[in-house]
Amino acid sequence: MTENGWLQIGLFALVVLAVTKPFGLYLHRVFEGERRPLPRVLGPLERALYRLCGVEPRREHDWKGYAFAMLIFSGLGVVVTYAIQRLQHVLPLNPQGLGPVAPDLAFNTAASFATNTNWQNYGGETTMSDLTQMAGLAWHNFTSAAVGIGVALALARGLTRHPGPGGARTLGNFWVDLVRSIVYVLLPASVVVALVLVALGVPQTLSAYRELTTLEGLKQVVALGPVASQEAIKELGTNGGGFFNANSAHPFENPTPLTNFLELVLIFSIPAALTYTYGKMARDTRQGWAVFAAMAVLFLAGVGIAYRAEAQANPALAGLACDHRAGNLEGKETRFGVAGSALFATVTTGTSCGAVNAMHDSFTPLGGLVPLLNIQLGEVIFGGVGAGLYAMLVMVILTVFIAGLMVGRTPEYLGKKIEAREMKLAMLYVLIFPLLVLVLSAWAAVAPYGASSLGNAGPHGLSEILYAYSSQAGNNGSAFAGLSGNTRFWNVTGALDMLAGRFLMIVPVLAIAGSMVGKKVVPAGPGTFPTNGATFTVLLIFVILIVGALTFFPALSLGPVLEHFAALHGRVF
Amino acid sequence: MASASSKTKQLSLFDPAILRPALLESLRKLDPRRVARNPVMFVVEVGSVLTTLLWLRDRLLRPPGAAPGWFTLSVSVWLWFTVVFANFAEAVAEGRGKAQAQALRRMRREVTARRRVDGGEERVPASALRKGDTVVVEAGEVIPGDGEIVEGIASVDESAITGESAPVIRESGGDRSAVTGGTRVLSDRIVVRIGVEPGESFLDRMIALVEGAARQKTPNEIALHILLVGLTVIFLFACVTLVPVARYASIDLSATAVVALLVCLIPTTIGGLLSAIGIAGMDRLLRKNVLAMSGRAVEAAGDVDTLLLDKTGTITLGNRMATELIPSPGVAVEDLADAAQLASLADETPEGRSIVVLAKQQYGLRGREVREAEHHFIPFTAQTRMSGVDMGPRRIRKGAVDAVARHVAALGGALPPELQAAAERIGDSGGTPLAVSDGARVLGLVHLKDVVKGGIAERFERFRAMGIRTVMITGDNPRTAAAIAREAGVDDFLAEATPEAKMRLIKDEQAKGKLVAMTGDGTNDAPALAQADVGVAMNTGTQAAKEAGNMVDLDSNPTKLLEVVEVGKQLLMTRGTLTTFSIANDVAKYFAILPALFVAVYPELAPLDVMHLASPFSAILSAVIFNAIIIVLLIPLALKGVRYRPLGAAAVLRRSLLLYGVGGVVAPFAGIKLIDLALAATRLVHA
Repeated sequence: MTENGWLQIGLFALVVLAVTKPFGLYLHRVFEGERRPLPRVLGPLERALYRLCGVEPRREHDWKGYAFAMLIFSGLGVVVTYAIQRLQHVLPLNPQGLGPVAPDLAFNTAASFATNTNWQNYGGETTMSDLTQMAGLAWHNFTSAAVGIGVALALARGLTRHPGPGGARTLGNFWVDLVRSIVYVLLPASVVVALVLVALGVPQTLSAYRELTTLEGLKQVVALGPVASQEAIKELGTNGGGFFNANSAHPFENPTPLTNFLELVLIFSIPAALTYTYGKMARDTRQGWAVFAAMAVLFLAGVGIAYRAEAQANPALAGLACDHRAGNLEGKETRFGVAGSALFATVTTGTSCGAVNAMHDSFTPLGGLVPLLNIQLGEVIFGGVGAGLYAMLVMVILTVFIAGLMVGRTPEYLGKKIEAREMKLAMLYVLIFPLLVLVLSAWAAVAPYGASSLGNAGPHGLSEILYAYSSQAGNNGSAFAGLSGNTRFWNVTGALDMLAGRFLMIVPVLAIAGSMVGKKVVPAGPGTFPTNGATFTVLLIFVILIVGALTFFPALSLGPVLEHFAALHGRVF
Repeated sequence: MASASSKTKQLSLFDPAILRPALLESLRKLDPRRVARNPVMFVVEVGSVLTTLLWLRDRLLRPPGAAPGWFTLSVSVWLWFTVVFANFAEAVAEGRGKAQAQALRRMRREVTARRRVDGGEERVPASALRKGDTVVVEAGEVIPGDGEIVEGIASVDESAITGESAPVIRESGGDRSAVTGGTRVLSDRIVVRIGVEPGESFLDRMIALVEGAARQKTPNEIALHILLVGLTVIFLFACVTLVPVARYASIDLSATAVVALLVCLIPTTIGGLLSAIGIAGMDRLLRKNVLAMSGRAVEAAGDVDTLLLDKTGTITLGNRMATELIPSPGVAVEDLADAAQLASLADETPEGRSIVVLAKQQYGLRGREVREAEHHFIPFTAQTRMSGVDMGPRRIRKGAVDAVARHVAALGGALPPELQAAAERIGDSGGTPLAVSDGARVLGLVHLKDVVKGGIAERFERFRAMGIRTVMITGDNPRTAAAIAREAGVDDFLAEATPEAKMRLIKDEQAKGKLVAMTGDGTNDAPALAQADVGVAMNTGTQAAKEAGNMVDLDSNPTKLLEVVEVGKQLLMTRGTLTTFSIANDVAKYFAILPALFVAVYPELAPLDVMHLASPFSAILSAVIFNAIIIVLLIPLALKGVRYRPLGAAAVLRRSLLLYGVGGVVAPFAGIKLIDLALAATRLVHA
C-alpha cells in the first residue's frame, strides 16, 4: 500500500461527493422540474420523439401500466437484438465479414444487453459486426440504463408523492422517463465524454482493422472501431460491455490513468446523483444523503479491503525472484497499478457496471471476495444506473420494517406505513437473487457440463461459478474470467439468470411503488422512526450485510474464504 | 361473590396453576396441523422428524460413514425441544386467559328469565331470550342477558365482570342504562330490554377473547410473519444448495448437520415467540381490566398519534374544589374563612365539603358542633342560587356572585368593586367565584376551580416525548377550557364540545393521516367511538357505546387510555427487539457451525472457529442447544414485554439497538461457548 494509492482512492471519493449534488439537481430538473434544461436545443427533440411514437406525455401510468410498458419495451429489445446477431452476415456494416452468432450465444447476449448486464460470452472484435455493436448492443447501453432510471423514479415517486385520497395513484409515464433519460442525460453526456476520450487517445472510427508490423517484425492485426462512443455510455450507463474482449484493460478503451479515473467517476456519477435527486423528491435531502452515506461506507470498506489484499505479495509467486513489494500485479495493467485496479474492481462491482480493467480471477482470494460480495449484497453500493437506487430503497424498506417496530409503532417510511403487502413484495425481491445464484451455482458445480467449463479446480473454481451467476443475476456483467462461458449450458442458464435477475425483481419494485403511492402520510414527529440520520445509516448497512452476507456465507466459505486460509498455509489451487 | 377476574388477576405468569397445564398443552401443540400455522416452527418440526428418522435408520442399518448415533440423537432431541419450547411459550401466554375463561364460564350458568308477555310474565331459560325481549329482574336475581334498562333503577353487583366489589347504580334513560348478563341485581326492580342474540353476549365475547379463540393475526404480525417466512425460505435454499456445493469441494455433509445449520439460521427465536407476544399483549390489557375486542385494536393503540381526552374524570377530578379565599378590603381572611365554613357545614355537595376542608387546612378552623336549635340552615335553591345559615342575628350566605350582590343590595349593602374585579379574574382563569356575605356585608370570595389530577402534566409530557398529541374535550367555554388546558399541559383543547364537533375533530385528524384514540360512555359518543381508531368504551356506558368502541374498560376509568397506548407500544417494541435479536444471533451460529462442517476436510478453515469449540460435533450441538434454550430464556421478556420508556423514537431506537442488536450479536458467542464447555465438562460429547 502506498500513499499514492490511498490518495487516488481519496481523491476519487471526493470527486464523486462533489459531483453528487449538482448532477442530482440537474436530474431532478430533468425528471421532476417544471422546465427542463436547454429547452431550445433538446426540447424540440423530446417533443419530436413523443410525436413520432404517439406518446401523450401528460398521461401517467399506474404501476401496472408502467410495468407493462417497461416489459414490452425490454422484451422487444431482446427479440430485435437476437435477430440482428443472427442476421448480421446479411446486414450492412460488417467490414470483417463476420458470420451469424450462434443461437445460444445470441440469446445470452441479447438478454445480457437488454438487462443492463453486458455479460459477454464472446470477444467483441471477433464476433460482432459494427452494426451489431452499434444498433444491437450500444442501443441497449442507452435504453437499458434509461429503463433503470425510470424504475428508480417510479419507486421514488411511489414513496414521495402525496396524491391524497382522491388523487391519481400514478408513478409517471414510462415513455417520458425513457425519452428524457436519453435526450437530456445519457446522449449529451456521452457525446461530451466521447470527445474527451478521443482527445485522451481513444479511437473512434468505422474503418476496417489495421494490419501492422510489430517491432519483432511480425504481422499483427489491430482491431479498431467506434470505441470512444461506446466507452462513454459503457461507464455512464453502468453497462460495462467492452468494445474489446479485454474491456477497460485494453489500451484503446482505457489508455491512461487519467482515462481510468474519468471512467471511474463516470460509473458512479448517475447512481450517486440519483440519491440526491431522491432526497429532493422526498422534500428532505437528508433522506437522500442517508442512502448515499450507507452506499459510501460500504464502498470505502470494500475498496480498503481490496486494496490491502492486492497490495500483498501474491502467495502463488512466493519464492520467485521478483520484487514482491509492488503487491499482486498478476492480471493487472501496470499503468493502473494495484490501487487503480482495486479501485476499479470495487467500483465496477458495487455498481452493476461490470467493466473491468484487471482480471478479477487473478486477485488474491480476499481481493476477489470484495467484488464478489459487492455483487452479492444486491448491487446497492451505488449500484446500476437507477437499479442501485431502487435496490437500496427496497433494503431501506426492509430496514425500516425490522427496526421500525422497535420504536413501538407500525413501521413507516417517509410517513407511509409499511404493511403486509409491501413486506410480501420486498421479500419476493430479496428472495429472487439468492435463489437464482445458489440454485444455479449448485447445479453447475455438480453437473459435468457445468464444471467442465471451469478454468481452475478447487475453491477457486467455485468462486468462478458463484461469480458468474452472481454477476449475471445482479446484472453486473463483469466476469471472474477463467470460466469458458460460451457453452450451451452456460449461455442458456446465464441468460435466464440475467432476465430473472432483472425483470422478476423490477416487477415487485414497481408493485411496491404502486401500493405505497396512495398511502396516507403521517406527518413526522418525535415518535416517528427517523430515516435521515446516522443511526439509520448504520442500521441500513447492517441489514444489507446480514441479508446479503448471511445468505452467501456458507457457499463463500468454501470458495474465496477457504482459498484465503489455504493460501496462508501455502496451498494454492 | 369472588370474582373471576380478581382471582385470576393475581395469578403470576409462572404460577404452577398455569405452568402445569401449559406443559401438557405444549406437547399437544406438536400436532403438525397446528404447527403448520407457524411456518418457521414447522420447518423445525420437519427437521426434528427428519433427524429422528435418520437416527433410527443409522441405528437399524448402521450404514458406513454415518454420523455417530449419540450426535444425531442429541440434535434431534434438541430440535424437538425447540418446537416444544415455542409451544410452551404460547401455552403459558394463553394460560391466564384460559383460567379466566373457565371462571367466567362457571358464571354463565343457566338462569331463568322472567320474560314479559302481553301484560303478564313467563319463565324461560336465559338462552331462549332473543334481541328485543323484555325481562323483569328483581333484587337477588341474576340479569339473564345484556341489554338496556327501560324501567326502574337498581344497584347491581358487577364484580363478576369488573372485579370491583362495590355495587353500581343502573337506571333507565341516560348513559347508565346498560346492564350485562351474569351480573346480579342487589336492590330494587328493573325491566331490561335484551340487546343481543344468544351466544353474542358480552360474557360470551369476553370468554372467546380471553381464550384466544377469536384471536386473529394482527396486521403487523402478518407483515412480520412474511418477513420471517421469507428469511426461512432464503436460508432453506442456502442450506440445501450447500450440499451440492460441498460435494463439489469433496465434502459429504450429513443431513443432520445441514438440518442443524438450517434450524439455527432461520429466525426460530422470534418465530417461536411471536404468537406468545401477541397473546401476552392482550393479556396485559386484560390485567388492567381493559377488554380489547381484537388484537388489531391493541396494535393500533401503539400507533396512536392523537389522544382525545374528556376533561372531567380524565384530566381533572370530577368536581370543582375551593382553592383560595379572597377577603373584601378591610376584612380579615380568618373571618371570611369562618363565615365560609359556617355557610358550608350543612352543604353536602363536593364543593361545599371542599370549602370546609380548605378552612380547616389553611386557617386551622376545625369543624364545629352544629346544633339545629341555634342554627337554621338555608338550603340551596335554583331560584336564590345561594345557601347559608342563620345563627341568631347573623345571616351568612354563600353563592353565585351576582346572587349574593343582589341579596346584600336588598339589605342595603353593596359588592365592593375590588371583589367584582377579583371575580372576573377568577372567571378568566377558568375558575368559579362564590361570594360570602354576612348580613349586608360581603366578606369576600371563595375561588372554586377544577383541580387537575396530580401527575397528569408529567404524563402528558411523556406522551409528547413519544410524539403523541393530547387534546382535551370539554363542554366549558373556550376561556375556561384554555386555562385548564394550560395547567394540565395538553397540546390542544376542544371547548363547548358537541358530539358533532368531536366527530369533526376526529375526521380532521384522520385526514392528516393520524390515528386517534378516545374514550367515551354515552350513546352520543358512539359514532365518535366507532370513527376513532382506538375507541375505549366505559363499562358503565351504554350498550351503544360499548358496541361502537373496540375496547371496553371494565373499571370505567378514562385515564386508562394512557395505559392502553403504552401497552400497544410495548407490544410492537417487544416484537421489534426480539426480531432484531433473533437475526443478530445468526452471526455467531455461523461461526460455530460452518467451520465444524468443513474443517475435517479443510483443516485450513480452523481460524473461522473463533470460539475454539471442543469438536465439530460439540460445536453443532452447542449451537442447536443455544438456539433452543434462548427461546425459554426469552419467554419472560416476550410475555412481560420489553421495558417501556417514554422517550423519543430516536433515543428508543439507539437503546434497543445497543441492547438487542449488539447484544444479539455478542450473546450467542458467549452462550455457545458456555454450552460447549458444559458439554465437555459433563462428557456428554465424545470427540
